[in-house]
Amino acid sequence: MKDNLKETLLQPIFKGNPITVLVLGICSSLAVTVQLKGAFVMALSVIIVTGLSSLIVSLMRNSIPNRIRIIVQLVVVAMMVILVDQVLKAFSYSVSKTLSVYIGLIITNCIVMGRIEAFALGNKPLPSLLDGLANGAGYGMILIIVAFFRELLGSGTLFGFRIIPQAVYDAGYMNNGLMILPPMALIILGCIIWIQRSIQKDLQEK
Amino acid sequence: MNTNGNTYTVIYSTVLVMVVAAVLAFAASSLKPFQNENVKKETITKVLMAATASSQSVAVTEDTDVMALYAQKIESAFFVDGNGKVAGQMNTGRDNIKDIQVATTSDLKKQNDIFKQIEKGDSSLLENLRLPVYIFDIDSQKVTVIPCYGAGLWGPIWGYIAVREDGKEILGAIFDHKGETPGLGAKIAEEPFYSQFKGKVFSDGAKKFSVVKGGAKGAEDGVDAVSGATITSQALDVTINTWVRYYEPYFAGIRQAAAEAAQALEAEAETSEAEASEEETGVEAVK
Repeated sequence: MKDNLKETLLQPIFKGNPITVLVLGICSSLAVTVQLKGAFVMALSVIIVTGLSSLIVSLMRNSIPNRIRIIVQLVVVAMMVILVDQVLKAFSYSVSKTLSVYIGLIITNCIVMGRIEAFALGNKPLPSLLDGLANGAGYGMILIIVAFFRELLGSGTLFGFRIIPQAVYDAGYMNNGLMILPPMALIILGCIIWIQRSIQKDLQEK
Repeated sequence: MNTNGNTYTVIYSTVLVMVVAAVLAFAASSLKPFQNENVKKETITKVLMAATASSQSVAVTEDTDVMALYAQKIESAFFVDGNGKVAGQMNTGRDNIKDIQVATTSDLKKQNDIFKQIEKGDSSLLENLRLPVYIFDIDSQKVTVIPCYGAGLWGPIWGYIAVREDGKEILGAIFDHKGETPGLGAKIAEEPFYSQFKGKVFSDGAKKFSVVKGGAKGAEDGVDAVSGATITSQALDVTINTWVRYYEPYFAGIRQAAAEAAQALEAEAETSEAEASEEETGVEAVK
């Protein structure tokens, strides 16, 4: 049992990472990774949404009518997302402004619905909660890695603090403008997948 | 229990939706005051940043208590209609900081919608306009801040322009946007772009101000557009011109009043001079 829970928790972060292995949630990972701060809050929001909606659906799993289960899941996810959005707007306004529509778009993030449908509907609440949290964390981790490179190379800052000193700019260094545009996020993401696949040989297609 | 029956399904979905609706309604109404406060604070910050752009003594930084600074520096805040008449007051918060009233972007959007109707030919709506005017006392100078709001490339763009009392010389400007392209159109919200506005003037012609592609070449009534962001720059050009045009009656009124005051002063000076010379001749006559 304990090993099982540990597996549930670790699997989505490395071996079965929702972004790099399942290739879900790509859209938002391109959009919100210009700055670390935004990526960080987005990661946190997704962790909360996936964790709690998995928990709620798992608690309701025996009572949900099979024919409308997708709609029920959608309602639960939408409720969680709207709650997170409202809380951010109230207590972290500037971040909520940079993330703009992407918080609302967590609803359409395939990871959330995917985990509910694949895991929470058939498992007890505790494993479902852990599974949701872990998948959110796996997503968030990739988000933060991508944002790290994009902010460092695109703006020369990390969390808004200047990292690359002015002297380097004076010597002719320039921020890479391509880094702050979405295509570069896709390229970084591709590199991460490449690295992961060269380490985990079993992921490679024959 | 049969969870697949029709009755069960209908009842289940009804109850679920009602519960979710109740939770969301409760959350929305209890968080609303915080959210409104944030929006207000954001507006105040932007207005103050524009107003203090040319000031040596006051500057808005991240740590500034913007509400307190606003209440301290504001002289009056009011609405004018499209004919330049004052049509309502905003609370300046001098008695209680919490009461500060400002026109947020959603208020500006309403005005922008009225502009569109007026441009279609319904000029009676000019009276319905409620255009916000903020007058600050900064370094013992009167600084007027007016907003602007319009459509950018992907979403709305808006800004605040600080001008001298007569609405001619620009003291500072700040712009913001909802979702212009990062690295291109989004640059209108960055320092190198908006600091160009300092010291420029609105021209007397039909076109008040230009955001020029290819460089303003030192023109008094224009700034350089953001390169690579043609549509955003053009949109900003249109937005500024539209709003300044609707504020023109108000500033024309101020300029006229100032001219009349100056004339009256001159006339007074003349009469007193005349009196003085009359007295002189009187003295001579007595001699």
